[in-house]
Amino acid sequence: MTDIVMLLTVFVLAIYVGFAVITKVPPTLHTPLMSGSNAISGITIIGSVVLAGALHEAPLAKLLATVAVAFATINVVGGFLVTHRMLKMFKRK
Amino acid sequence: MLSQHLVNIIYLVAAVLFILDLQWMAHPRTAVRGNLVGTLGMLLAIAATLFSQQQDWMYILIGVAAGTVVGAVAALKVKMTSMPEMVGLFNGFGGGASVLVAGAALVAAAHALSAGQSSLQMRVATVASGIIGSVTFFGSYVAFGKLAEFLAVRWKLHPWQKVIKFGVSLLVAAGGIWYGTAVGFSPMSILMMLSAVAIAGILLIKKDRFPGMDAVKIVTALLSVLLGVLLVQHPQNLLLFWALVGVAGVLGVLLTISIGGADMPVVIALLNSYSGLAAAATGFVIDNTVLIIAGSLVGASGIILTNIMCKAMNRSLANVLFGTMGPTSETPDADEVYTTVKSASAEEVAMLMDGVQRVVVVPGYGMAVAQAQHAVRDLANLLESKGVDVEFAIHPVAGRMPGHMNVLLAEADIPYEKLLEMDQINPSMAQVDVAIVLGANDVVNPVARTDPGSPIAGMPIIDVDKARTVVVIKRSLSPGFAGIPNPLFAADNTLMYFGDGKKAILDLIAAIKEM
Repeated sequence: MTDIVMLLTVFVLAIYVGFAVITKVPPTLHTPLMSGSNAISGITIIGSVVLAGALHEAPLAKLLATVAVAFATINVVGGFLVTHRMLKMFKRK
Repeated sequence: MLSQHLVNIIYLVAAVLFILDLQWMAHPRTAVRGNLVGTLGMLLAIAATLFSQQQDWMYILIGVAAGTVVGAVAALKVKMTSMPEMVGLFNGFGGGASVLVAGAALVAAAHALSAGQSSLQMRVATVASGIIGSVTFFGSYVAFGKLAEFLAVRWKLHPWQKVIKFGVSLLVAAGGIWYGTAVGFSPMSILMMLSAVAIAGILLIKKDRFPGMDAVKIVTALLSVLLGVLLVQHPQNLLLFWALVGVAGVLGVLLTISIGGADMPVVIALLNSYSGLAAAATGFVIDNTVLIIAGSLVGASGIILTNIMCKAMNRSLANVLFGTMGPTSETPDADEVYTTVKSASAEEVAMLMDGVQRVVVVPGYGMAVAQAQHAVRDLANLLESKGVDVEFAIHPVAGRMPGHMNVLLAEADIPYEKLLEMDQINPSMAQVDVAIVLGANDVVNPVARTDPGSPIAGMPIIDVDKARTVVVIKRSLSPGFAGIPNPLFAADNTLMYFGDGKKAILDLIAAIKEM
């Protein structure tokens, strides 16, 4: 299997998993779902770290990647923290 | 250094943990654990990446430190009522990060290879990442600005709002012009500078629609695609990428700025989805499966939420993005509708509450504005101490983001079993003694059921009009987002209890205690 086909396979299957899992989230948790999935989309931090940390790279690439690291970190740290804060408030009787 | 195989296996573990996170979000009991597991997945993925190559740590640490401070302060300080603004803004950072990674990867590829050697996959993915990421970034900023009420408004702004509004415009315009002049004048650099100035300019306009807007949306959308095709053919031309980001940015601003307040939940959900898709596209740029998986999960989540919101308003997505919502020509005159309105005092409402068995509270955005959630909790506790059964009925589009009301009521320590969905409460509405409508309007407007010509025709509503008595707490008879009068307010079984949401509830509590 070529690389691109493999990646497309992963993409399509992951979307299916996403649909299957997320349709089960009740409306009462939709706000934490959004902030939590927001944190997960901060996964771009991985791409940005590789480019920002590369030893021999064009300065412009490193600069862009460093800003990307900051943006993605905001997503990760802020997203998971605020979701935790919200979810802790949901209590039973 | 970790071997690439080991790193990929750790990525797989991280992807499974992300799926578990979302799976455990299916119940409030397991959701906290889910979120922690997701956090663990993220830490694992980051650690594996950091130890997969020799690093120049300085840049990474600067980025991580800056992001951690901003993210943590925002997450710990934000008020629950402002959650839509925060999520709106955070979507933008996700989109922005994707654009920047794609841009950096493009620079790196041009640096490392002689022109034309980067793969077709990488080039197409870079274009997708640039367009979706830029639309998300600028669109999210506009969503944030509209929710925080400093973009596209006429009234006087607070100083901090002015600083953000003019600062961002200045930054975008100056950044574009600086980069454009630095690389020298060419058709592409001029296009990029024009886009930057256009974004800066549109962000300063004090209204949300202007003539020719839809035409500009179409032109910028087509132009983005055209630039994308050019970029795939000439990946060494970096300026093409920035022109593409600029034009897509204009599109992102235009798509979001025309959205009305009632449609905000849809737009935030849509941008949420975009931020995920941008991350997935970036995964294709750098050949990374965990980015693709995580991005797809978020993309799917956003699409599902967008769909739920659209259904709850009985509108198509195209209608939300391009249409208008407002009074139609047949809209009845408010004065005629409201001839039989009865208003009541706190004491009268308190007397009404005496001896009832079942009360349902229907909150809307007005509850958030009045910060009335804690007062409502006190009222519910007081009524329950008298043996009354109190429940909350929540419409899917109440508030300004999906689930907004639930978070506010959870913040006020109201147990989640008492928060009922529209479909759970409607069948038994006729057995409700008193329905209290607090700061909601269009979502309880019976016109949606009765008048096929109304702008909200067919929208599912909470059938409070079927309750024995309805108490509507509202400042005035002003219309909701849809701009149409609500015959519920003049119904025989409705009492209008005018006042600020919080004060009205507190007065009601005092009146009940005095009885």
